[in-house]
Amino acid sequence: MKTILPLLKRIAYSLMLLLAVIVLNFVLVHLAPGDAVTAMVGDMGGATPELIAELRVEYGLDQNLPTQLFKYIAKMVRGDLGISFTHNLPVIDLILEHLPATILLVMTAFFMAILIGTVLGIIAAQRPNSLFNHLITVISLSGYAAPVFWTGLMLLISFSYYFPIFPSFGMETVGFRGTFLEKTFDVLKHLVLPAVTLASIYVAVYSRLARASMLDVLGSDYIRTARSKGLSEKVVVYKHALKNALLPVVTMAGLQFAQLIAGAVVVETVFSWPGIGQLAFNSILRRDQPLLLGILFLSTIMVVVTNLITDFTYRILDPRIK
Amino acid sequence: MKKIFRLSQFVIVGIVTIMFSITPGFAGPKRGGDYIIPVVQFPPHFNAAIKSGSELATPASRIFVALVQINENWEPEPYLAKSWEISPDGLTYTFHLLEGTTFHDGKPVTSKDVAFSLETTKKNHPFGPYMFGAVDRVETPDKYTAVIKLKQPHPALMIALSMPLMPILPEHVYGEAQGPIRKNPANIMAIGSGAFKVAEYNAGKSYILERFDNFLRPGQPYFDRFIGKKIGSPSSALIAVSRGEIHHLVVGDPRMLAKLKKEKNLFVISRSTSGVGSVNYIEFNLRKEYIKDKRVRQAIAYALDLDFVIQKLHQGMTHRSTGPIHSSSPFYSDQVNQYEYNLEKANQLLDEAGYKRGADGMRFSLDLTYMPVPVIEHEHKMIAEYMKPQLKKIGINIILKAPADFMNWYSTLAKWEHDMSTSNIFMWGDPVIGVHRLFMSTNIKHRVWTNTAGYANKEVDKLLNAAAVERDIEKRKALYAEFQKIIAEDLPLYFTIEDVFHYGFNKELMNIGWEIWGPGYESMYWKNGQAP
Repeated sequence: MKTILPLLKRIAYSLMLLLAVIVLNFVLVHLAPGDAVTAMVGDMGGATPELIAELRVEYGLDQNLPTQLFKYIAKMVRGDLGISFTHNLPVIDLILEHLPATILLVMTAFFMAILIGTVLGIIAAQRPNSLFNHLITVISLSGYAAPVFWTGLMLLISFSYYFPIFPSFGMETVGFRGTFLEKTFDVLKHLVLPAVTLASIYVAVYSRLARASMLDVLGSDYIRTARSKGLSEKVVVYKHALKNALLPVVTMAGLQFAQLIAGAVVVETVFSWPGIGQLAFNSILRRDQPLLLGILFLSTIMVVVTNLITDFTYRILDPRIK
Repeated sequence: MKKIFRLSQFVIVGIVTIMFSITPGFAGPKRGGDYIIPVVQFPPHFNAAIKSGSELATPASRIFVALVQINENWEPEPYLAKSWEISPDGLTYTFHLLEGTTFHDGKPVTSKDVAFSLETTKKNHPFGPYMFGAVDRVETPDKYTAVIKLKQPHPALMIALSMPLMPILPEHVYGEAQGPIRKNPANIMAIGSGAFKVAEYNAGKSYILERFDNFLRPGQPYFDRFIGKKIGSPSSALIAVSRGEIHHLVVGDPRMLAKLKKEKNLFVISRSTSGVGSVNYIEFNLRKEYIKDKRVRQAIAYALDLDFVIQKLHQGMTHRSTGPIHSSSPFYSDQVNQYEYNLEKANQLLDEAGYKRGADGMRFSLDLTYMPVPVIEHEHKMIAEYMKPQLKKIGINIILKAPADFMNWYSTLAKWEHDMSTSNIFMWGDPVIGVHRLFMSTNIKHRVWTNTAGYANKEVDKLLNAAAVERDIEKRKALYAEFQKIIAEDLPLYFTIEDVFHYGFNKELMNIGWEIWGPGYESMYWKNGQAP
């Protein structure tokens, strides 16, 4: 009971947060000038007034905002995200079709950043004043400081143009005929540059964080005790210090996951990666409200869920936290 | 006369064919390979009867055929219709269809489908009323004859009957029995009788069209597949085309063109795609203080050095435009006031109008916004940015209002809130379709690409109404010449430049056909029968 109650409480809070986000998103999206019908008409190169009126009715845009909002929430409760104006397909289908690409990209970048960042940070912490330490600092900080689209373009020009190793855009060779293995390899080839680009920002964060917290932990009393017991440096660092030093990294990773999705929008645009980011970007330009709201809703869920997971990981890593 | 011309064409084609077939080593076009195009805006479907736009036109023109095709000299050529007759009064068009043509699902193409397609396009296409408003009915005396009866002469009819404006849709797929056409699933998994059929559609990502073996032109097309792949950023598109991941790229930006020309495996064709007829202009909101004075508008025109804009800002990539009709059109006339750069005259006009310079040297302030669209956005932005310092010279203070995005700009114009804005319009083949809408006093609407300037001139209305039904081409030219003269004098819109589009094609592509709408992919093939 003691563990379940806070969990239920957190979930209840999360649900309230979700509702608030839906309403806020809805109002924000409708504040932007022009609706989907004007976007469509612009797109079609003009239209007759009859057609415009007909389209407004068809998409329910002729009703007032509170009615639209109420209908939208009522539909959401039933799990219906509506139909995309521009694609004329169910929003949920479109999202599910684009989601795997984003998850693949974000997860690869996420783990790449944590792994590389932490490893570099720990190595640096063991030799705080060595040349290697400074080198890591310089490289990771430039990755952090450089705008992500710039990093993307530089990698693109280097490894796709001057040294044509990796493909320049997309997630797969369209119409590629081959075995499952060949297809997987094809996707992996496309994945390298976008994932490295997206990871580059966060490697710095994690390596600095891991380094600082490792240095902190290595200076504490229980490490001195461990060392005086005669344990080898390896055991001291990886068995005694690492778990504690990882706490800030986990917190940060949870917080940054949301930003990672935001960063993915830019990376997806640079590399034409067919994920949620591109879908969101285009839905804004075309005022495709159901699609945009659906994506925002989904991102909210993803962030809320990651925060919940972070919370509970925390409890496992540090039993003192209740 | 027409028959003799066509006969001689056949003879020439015959002779050429024989010559090639006896020349050793010439094997004719090679079949095979994929052709991959970059897709900037992803088409929501392929049904060109209910939507306009170039991102849709390219795949739709592969999937569907039309009655006729318009060649680069603006003459109709046979396509689904093998021949046609026009009655002396110009009110009856009789089309004889090719026999034995089928749709992608194997069902025959008949005159019933032609009648259905025309009705559907008239009712659902954004230009429907302009294209087919004059059509009274379509008669189908037999399976292979379609007779279009007009209420009044309509010289733009032939252009309206070509792709991408009127696709031949199978009635058994798109007809009313299948529910409302906007919701028809076959808008995406389209069924036509064009050279390629839809094999795969991944919303927002890619589409794959496959060769249709029973295409009405034997032998064509030569590519196995025609593939569209969504591409997000122009820089990666440039790398992709140089690597052969896509097979052509269209650019409008001087820096991009310079890079395109440097690529060894590409060649560049620069065309203004006459059918599309893209012209740019500065729109004046005639309801606004100062601007409603003709002398102010003329002063602004005199104060802009368009040669400088074209040569320096656009690096010679654009052309001078002198009026609403694109210079490639037979109805274009340059016998208009062209507003040669003249600051003195501009100042003089403003003085005459009574707008004296204040203590700070300024006469008055005006807002200026510009149209943010992909590919040619830089042109609009450059002109707008150029206008600010330039108009300061004649004492007009410009407040530049950069639009956040396209919809933001759209709603400013649709609400008539702008003082001035740059804009762009497509002529779509005939002035009746693309040009009239900007000037008719009956078309002052709260929508972009109508008469948002608020221009009302009875003389212009009369000229345009007459030109819409005038069958004698010389008389029609004269009407449009007069119209262009008045517009250049009244200046509700000041036409500045025409866009030129630069196509970088892969070097191994052969026989690039050209229609007024752009490249014709049906005749193209790979030198070695496959993509490099």
